[in-house]
Amino acid sequence: MSPTAEQLAAELEPLAVADFIPLPPPPKPAPVKPVAAPAAPAAEGAAAATAGATAPTPVPAAPATPPPPPKPVQICDFAAKGVNLDACVRPAEVVAAAQIMLRHGFAIDTVTGVDWMAQGLMEVVYDYFHPLNGLRVAIRCRLARDAGEVPTISGVFQGANWHERETNDFFGIRFTGHPNLTPFLLPEDATYHPLRKDFTGESAQ
Amino acid sequence: MKVLSKEEALASPHSIGGPNETFVLNLGPQHPATHGVLRVKLVMDGEFIQHAECVCGYIHRMHEKMGENRTYAQFLPNTSRLDYLSAMQYTHAWVGVVERACKIEVPQRAEYIRVITSELNRIASHLVGWGAWVMDLGGLTPILYAFDDREKILDLLEGICGARLTFCYYRFGGLVNDVDDNFIQGTKAFVPYMRERLKMYKAFVTDNIILRKRIEGIGMVSQDMCRRYGACGPVIRGSGIAYDVRKAEPYSAYRDFDFDIPVYPQGDSMTRYLVRMDEIEQSLRIIEQAIAKLPEGPFINPKVPRSIKPPAGDYTYATEAARGRFLIRLVSNGTDTPYRVKLRTPCLSNLSLFEEASQGMMLADAIAFMGSLDLVIPDIDR
Repeated sequence: MSPTAEQLAAELEPLAVADFIPLPPPPKPAPVKPVAAPAAPAAEGAAAATAGATAPTPVPAAPATPPPPPKPVQICDFAAKGVNLDACVRPAEVVAAAQIMLRHGFAIDTVTGVDWMAQGLMEVVYDYFHPLNGLRVAIRCRLARDAGEVPTISGVFQGANWHERETNDFFGIRFTGHPNLTPFLLPEDATYHPLRKDFTGESAQ
Repeated sequence: MKVLSKEEALASPHSIGGPNETFVLNLGPQHPATHGVLRVKLVMDGEFIQHAECVCGYIHRMHEKMGENRTYAQFLPNTSRLDYLSAMQYTHAWVGVVERACKIEVPQRAEYIRVITSELNRIASHLVGWGAWVMDLGGLTPILYAFDDREKILDLLEGICGARLTFCYYRFGGLVNDVDDNFIQGTKAFVPYMRERLKMYKAFVTDNIILRKRIEGIGMVSQDMCRRYGACGPVIRGSGIAYDVRKAEPYSAYRDFDFDIPVYPQGDSMTRYLVRMDEIEQSLRIIEQAIAKLPEGPFINPKVPRSIKPPAGDYTYATEAARGRFLIRLVSNGTDTPYRVKLRTPCLSNLSLFEEASQGMMLADAIAFMGSLDLVIPDIDR
């Protein structure tokens, strides 16, 4: 019973959401020639990329725009992206999504985060692979950056336990209901999150 | 024997003299059997493990942060320092994800040489894993033979890229330089040599009754457990699932070669041993074919831009490293440094099932089981 990307897309559709957190106003771009007809995500991406290009200082990292999938559940070209299906779900639904994945025989690949500081968002990405037909699925959810909380999927995929601890280490994202959310790779008394974009070497002193 | 929950197990050490008296044993971080700085806190009931907890991070270097501070080309040497025993496949994933993002074409000759060097590296890695594991089990001699064979591979690879361990031979769009005749002839001669050695290893080690008694039926890992923990490489293939990134997500030139995925259904340490030994033979098959039909042509795409700036977006690329699936998730914001680099390493996933699988196991068996996972600790801690 190997599912196809289309079947999975249909199952994930009810959990998905396009813009579930209202995006904060984008960072003021450097004066550029006005962009015609702001189709929201695309124009914002262009603006942020321009802003990044005009500010050459490497720290803090150049603001980037989360590449929002045009549709919340998107079937991708594997050769171009490395995934067959990319779905954006509400944070509360990641467990339901994980259960769908488990039911279809997927294996957990990894859990990780991305800090979209300019937008005030944290993204959590769950990667899955199918051991029998090689299908690759990425499920993501976005959280408010400062109060990031998402339910743990370690009850469904026990392997996510360590990946979530690591994500908590690096980003400070809290996984509610996690059995042991202690530092995994960082020292046990670490109070800093090195992959947050506002991290500097001093905050680890 | 009753297996206690973690809470019960941890609460009971104080009940000295009681029927459930347990004690905590630290395995590592400086224990030879952990092959690096891994610490395992074991709650023991006599010789039996009640609960195991792995403590990682002793050799954590934050490669993912380094990736955000470097250009794409500057990060390339970092990737060969994760699993230093299979550096070729790791650098392959990095050049692969950048090539995917920038849509860089790779000449066919370069892809073939990548396959040959990756497979040579896989053999070298399996030889170390095999020798070190048998040494853990008390047989000191095999690792000396393994290092002898590995030396031949390292000499070949040193001749083309200068490094003997942390190879950095691949470049975006190709290779750093072409292979010479010495490498081709040496590799051709290595294949039959290694086949002879494999026969000897089978006779002296694989069929050895002492080894079989130590690892047969030890460390059972079910298919369900593999899925829940994302186990990969010889661990998942030793549990009867024919999952190999080279077949599941064919990258590079692996489509052009005829090879099998060794699979054994039992899911014990012996099957993981057998998978690795069979993989050496399959790697030799791939090398033989690739050498025979090695195409002529350029070894690097001359049109690769000097400054690499992938279009904004996220990309993933997986390779089959010696220990399993290695995935890089790259988020680009269109500048010359990555916005985010996630390194998904096989050893972390393979070790994460140790806590569940080792419950109720005897301590000496747990050492044998851990050896069957073939861990490289810098790969876990990154």
